[in-house]
Amino acid sequence: MTNTQIPAVRLKQPAAPPAAPPRPSARDRGTRLLATLFLAPTIVGIVVFTVVPIAGSVVLSLFHWNVIDDPSFAGAANYGEVFGDSTVLVSFRNTLVFMVFAVALQLLIALALALAVNGRMPVWLRSVFRSAFFFPLVLSAASISVVMKYLFNQDFGMVNWLLGLVGIAPVPWLTSENAAMATVILVYVWQQFGFSFLLFVGGLNNIPKEIHEAASLDGATGLRKHLNITLPLLSPTLLVASVVGIINALQVFEQPYVLTNGGPGDATRTVVMVIYESAFEQLRFGEASAVGVLLFVLIMAVTALQFRLSRRFVHYQ
Amino acid sequence: MNLSRTRYSLAPWARIAGLAVCALLTLGPVIWTISTSLRTPAESFDLPPKIIPTDPTMESYRGVFDQIDVWLLALNSTLVTALIAVGQMITAGLAGYAFARLEFRFKKPLFGLVLATMMVPLQVTIVPVFLVLKSMGLTDTLLGLIIPAFPTAFGTFLMRQYFLGMPKDLGEAAMLDGCGPWRIFRSVYAPLAAPGLAIVGVLAFNYHWNEFFRPLILETSGQNYTLPLGLVSLQGNLGTGSISVVLAGVVLSMIPAVVVFVVGQRPLREGITSAGVNR
Repeated sequence: MTNTQIPAVRLKQPAAPPAAPPRPSARDRGTRLLATLFLAPTIVGIVVFTVVPIAGSVVLSLFHWNVIDDPSFAGAANYGEVFGDSTVLVSFRNTLVFMVFAVALQLLIALALALAVNGRMPVWLRSVFRSAFFFPLVLSAASISVVMKYLFNQDFGMVNWLLGLVGIAPVPWLTSENAAMATVILVYVWQQFGFSFLLFVGGLNNIPKEIHEAASLDGATGLRKHLNITLPLLSPTLLVASVVGIINALQVFEQPYVLTNGGPGDATRTVVMVIYESAFEQLRFGEASAVGVLLFVLIMAVTALQFRLSRRFVHYQ
Repeated sequence: MNLSRTRYSLAPWARIAGLAVCALLTLGPVIWTISTSLRTPAESFDLPPKIIPTDPTMESYRGVFDQIDVWLLALNSTLVTALIAVGQMITAGLAGYAFARLEFRFKKPLFGLVLATMMVPLQVTIVPVFLVLKSMGLTDTLLGLIIPAFPTAFGTFLMRQYFLGMPKDLGEAAMLDGCGPWRIFRSVYAPLAAPGLAIVGVLAFNYHWNEFFRPLILETSGQNYTLPLGLVSLQGNLGTGSISVVLAGVVLSMIPAVVVFVVGQRPLREGITSAGVNR
């Protein structure tokens, strides 16, 4: 111990007047050149493929344009059309309904499973469960929706066959308006809950064991312990999981596109599907951009609102 | 007293049984996909489904190779995914290092720009992105998928954190030894960056191997399709005629993702959770 202290003191003293680097300006120039080279691909890429397109969306939304003819200035007409177009309005309503149910379900399932996995069990079993719940995340949403389309088929799907075993009549999972939205939500949640689950498992690991022990000593058990102690301590993770969950849910596309193609009628048509269809099927680039701008504003507004609300409810340790 | 004791000693078993049921529900569709792909197309409708095929056949796998050019789709997907993953590791590694360890003008606003674009969803900007690519002649090419995916705001952020976590003394010692900024990066810090780069690479692989939205919009001719696009259109063409053939294609397309899941589970998990936490 004393041995290590002496050189440490000695080292510090000659370091007090540091030998100035030989030519600081040359080194600085070298550093700046290197920084420019290192940053160029990322900054140029972000400007060309994100910053310019954001501005482009706003500008395009003020024009009528079908790519073939010259664009003509439309002012706010596209926004007027958007608010007058029942398909667009329905798509916003569908997306909000989808978001509320999908995120709530996703968070509930993930939280319950994370608490259950966090309980006492053999280490290998815990890692088996953790891997299983996280596995759907590595699959393609499009291909898995193809699989689910077969499973939820009204006539020969496995889901209705299983329900038949317990005497439930075949459900028109993909062909009736209410059931179709529920199916899209189920398929989406099946693939996505693993993400919130991973966040919650991480958040639970960060709660100091002593707090739980102290609570148990004070007589708190089971559900009460979770409600009064675990949840408040987990609230920062809950906030992150719900913000990311909402942002992702507002962009849902693959599941409704493959499962129902927005139908029956417009029952499962989402905002991103409308952007896709009006731009790339109907060549109405101005209107598609207006919908995109509105979705962007919606995402920003929801996020801002959530952070504001959370200031009241989130406890940081 | 006794009753409550019994209840508590039973609870762990009930909990584990519940978890097992949930795990089965989670993996069920995947198990069904694999087992049905091993049956003949004619058998694939049979109910009750045989979960363990008594006489597995590769007929459906031969079928999917007859129906679509699986090799071409796999080659396209591999090219796109591998180039994006490598490209992101390079751009994020370099930019992350610059933000963490180099001094230059406008560092703060530039980093703020990177952070801000992390919030912008691709779906919102797809129309202008499509037009930018069209003006470059890159629509309906694989390059049109690859190049815009090179810059990664999240990867840059992650690599910056990673380089910030390395001891500063290493670089200072190398500087006193007369190393220039490039040598310090190349010989001191870059060799330590592998685990961080692995996270960026694995995340890029997972996202772009499964990507559907951009390929659907950009790639119009079949020769440029990637696997998810090819499978969705195969399902559309075959309707419900030969389920097992489509499912065989799904199984084939899953293999690389499963390999990455097994080999790279740790970086993948770290990446997914930090992607969430840092948004």
